[in-house]
Amino acid sequence: MSKLHVRLLALILTVIGVWMVSYKVLELGLPLTPADETEVWSVEARLEFITRPGAVKLDFPILNDPPGFIVIDEDFISNNYGLATEMEKGNRLARWAVRRASGKQTLYYRAVLYQDPEANKDAGKSPPKFPEKPDYPEPYKSAVTSLLAQVRSESADIQSFTQQLLTRLNAVEPEENAAVLRDGLQSPEQIVANMVDILAGARIPARVVYGLRLKDGMRHGRLEPWLQVHDEKRWLTFNPFTSATGLPPDVVLWRYGTGPIAEIKGARSVNVEFSVARNLRELVDISRQRAKLVGSRIMDFSLYSLPIQAQNVYRVLLMIPLGAIVVVFMRTFVGIKTFGTFMPILIALAFRETEWLWGMLMFILIVALGLGLRFYLEQLKLLLVPRLSAVLIIVVLLMAGISVIGNQLGLELGLSVALFPMVILAMTIERMSLVWEESGPREALTRGVGSLVVASLGYAVMSSKTLAYQVFVFPELLLIMLAITLLAGRYTGYRLLEYWRFRALAQEQISQDKAVGTGS
Amino acid sequence: MFWARQLHKMGLLGMNQRNAGYVMPHNPRRLYPLVDDKLKTKKLAQDAGIAVPELYGTIEIEHDIPKLASIVEKYEDFVIKPSQGSGGNGIVVVVGKRGDKYIKASGDMITTEALAHHCSNILNGLYSLGGSADKAMIEYRVKFDPLFEHVSYRGVPDIRTIIFRGVPVAAMVRLPTRASDGKANLHQGAVGAGIDLRTGKTIRAVCKERVITQHPDTGMDIAGLQIPHWDNLLELSAHCYDLAGLGYMGVDVVLDAERGPLVLELNARPGLSIQIANGMGLLKRLNKIDCMADVPKSAEARARLGKELFGSSPEIAVAS
Repeated sequence: MSKLHVRLLALILTVIGVWMVSYKVLELGLPLTPADETEVWSVEARLEFITRPGAVKLDFPILNDPPGFIVIDEDFISNNYGLATEMEKGNRLARWAVRRASGKQTLYYRAVLYQDPEANKDAGKSPPKFPEKPDYPEPYKSAVTSLLAQVRSESADIQSFTQQLLTRLNAVEPEENAAVLRDGLQSPEQIVANMVDILAGARIPARVVYGLRLKDGMRHGRLEPWLQVHDEKRWLTFNPFTSATGLPPDVVLWRYGTGPIAEIKGARSVNVEFSVARNLRELVDISRQRAKLVGSRIMDFSLYSLPIQAQNVYRVLLMIPLGAIVVVFMRTFVGIKTFGTFMPILIALAFRETEWLWGMLMFILIVALGLGLRFYLEQLKLLLVPRLSAVLIIVVLLMAGISVIGNQLGLELGLSVALFPMVILAMTIERMSLVWEESGPREALTRGVGSLVVASLGYAVMSSKTLAYQVFVFPELLLIMLAITLLAGRYTGYRLLEYWRFRALAQEQISQDKAVGTGS
Repeated sequence: MFWARQLHKMGLLGMNQRNAGYVMPHNPRRLYPLVDDKLKTKKLAQDAGIAVPELYGTIEIEHDIPKLASIVEKYEDFVIKPSQGSGGNGIVVVVGKRGDKYIKASGDMITTEALAHHCSNILNGLYSLGGSADKAMIEYRVKFDPLFEHVSYRGVPDIRTIIFRGVPVAAMVRLPTRASDGKANLHQGAVGAGIDLRTGKTIRAVCKERVITQHPDTGMDIAGLQIPHWDNLLELSAHCYDLAGLGYMGVDVVLDAERGPLVLELNARPGLSIQIANGMGLLKRLNKIDCMADVPKSAEARARLGKELFGSSPEIAVAS
């Protein structure tokens, strides 16, 4: 009876799931697999500020035909603010204003970018005026003069001149003049502005520009300053810290000039954060338009309607059910023992950031060290909660230690250890030591290895780009996954490993059967 | 996997089926506290007239710890154990007194203060599952039946019987080994010997999921041992069904040289290794009981039913 009930429920869930997916695919034309060639970038700027009661006026620079990109779509979330866009000093500004506002305010600017190396090549072509030679105070004046003289003698044109200058200013052990000029500068903005100032001493037109690096899944991003120098024909871009020439293809120019990124009246400061996601917004847009034609509102309720920051959260969250399916499969059908039901999934999520091999090594290292210290704690006979907290503190210490040592050794991946879920690690160590005590080291190691096997499989499934795309575009696949787990919940067959465990019995039975067979 | 079909054929019970088919439908969750807390089990058993190691006293709060001395005053030997302990942790066995000190089973001396400290640890949940507050039980020290002296290495041999709807379906004796560190836990390498339900004689033994004939430490033959007081023991195990109401459970019994079989604890999720120890699958036996509309009311009748259904047939016993 209850088995039938579960089966019916699973059937209904599967039918709904399949129907919704096929509707989206067949009627709305959503692609079933991620299409690489129509990749677009969704960029979102989130402006947050707290106002005093009263009028607010906010200027924020927005994308203005950035070189190398085409802006496909652009929109603003302005709440009750009035919005106007205008040009000012080479920047395109969004000007938000409201007569009355108070408390926490959030405004958004979103754009969809399509990467095209040929686009907007001529941006900012009009030649600038040559800057006046600034009147530097001493000791800077003599430092600038002699540094520029040195650089000039070792360069042929403006490009090599700038490169030479940057190389000297960025040298690990700078010579005296460069050191004087570099002294006391901290923020990247100051450093780049200082370079513009020094270049003005050679009457070379230069400016600070800000770019956004497009990195999929980025959430709390900021603009980076770049240096541009005009060589009488066009603007050349330099990385101010590595002296490399040219703007990398994944950096989109956001604004020109220095100063705070957003100017506000009526609030003290604005917190600006950028989110970036790579997706198939364009295809979904087509589908959305078609949905409107058909009269369907299904796309209004898709995950794409969320702010990008939230979308990026759901991209991760939707992978977790896939991991859960892996756990169900490995435990119910295969019979692998793990520590904690979902611990392997959380470890697998951490593997997504650290890479598999490195993640495995660090996990084993932390658990082994933690286990050693936990056995020492055992001698102290501590109560449960203080003991768990002690293990947690030890885990955090170990993680910090690994990061610091890794960094010293120049292993950048050592830093990613911070992404491990430390509470889960602490619980794993605690459970493992309990099992070690109660059922012996063999059992503890078996479960430890089991956990890692499940975590690795979970990682393999959860890092699949196709699956990630599918659950995000078709969240109704979760209904099908739910149906699978419900059915698995009523599975009463053998686990794969039980065949191995009871092999002696089965072999006996076979030999008995043979004996009976020959006897009769 | 050429043996895969054999397992089905011999009716082997797997973990999924044990959980979904037997533990979940027959053991309501609300009954678990009765078996997880050994003190509750013991009180229920005493009320029902089931033989258990006699309870000398309990210490439930820190304030009671000074009473320990007066509780054990009358007894030469005793055992202190946590009522919700697992895996045999936190048990102190005292075999005698010398002056104001006690002698532990290992031969070491222990002072009254140290015993009191041990009780305090138990109350604070040092040995209980999940670390919740616990109680300390002081009870009769079981003097093991000399029968097992040559087939166990230290520790406590016990007899596990699976009781389904009150009817014994299979039994085995668990013998500690050096590898299991004196614990009667098959996982850790203890020997499990299947028992013929009709005669109470051991059939064969397994250690680490392999069939063996001799104890790995003592070298003594294990098959053919007669468990003393067998009828009594089986009836006692069947009787335990009445006190907890668990439809599918394991009953652990120890044999005392003077008082005979005593119930040690009940288990709501008995393991599957008993099938290897007996060389048979449980499913066929469980199905037979499942098909019955009613099972007899009295424990004695149920024990007899188990013997008739699942014991060896007398002719074979005569022939061997």
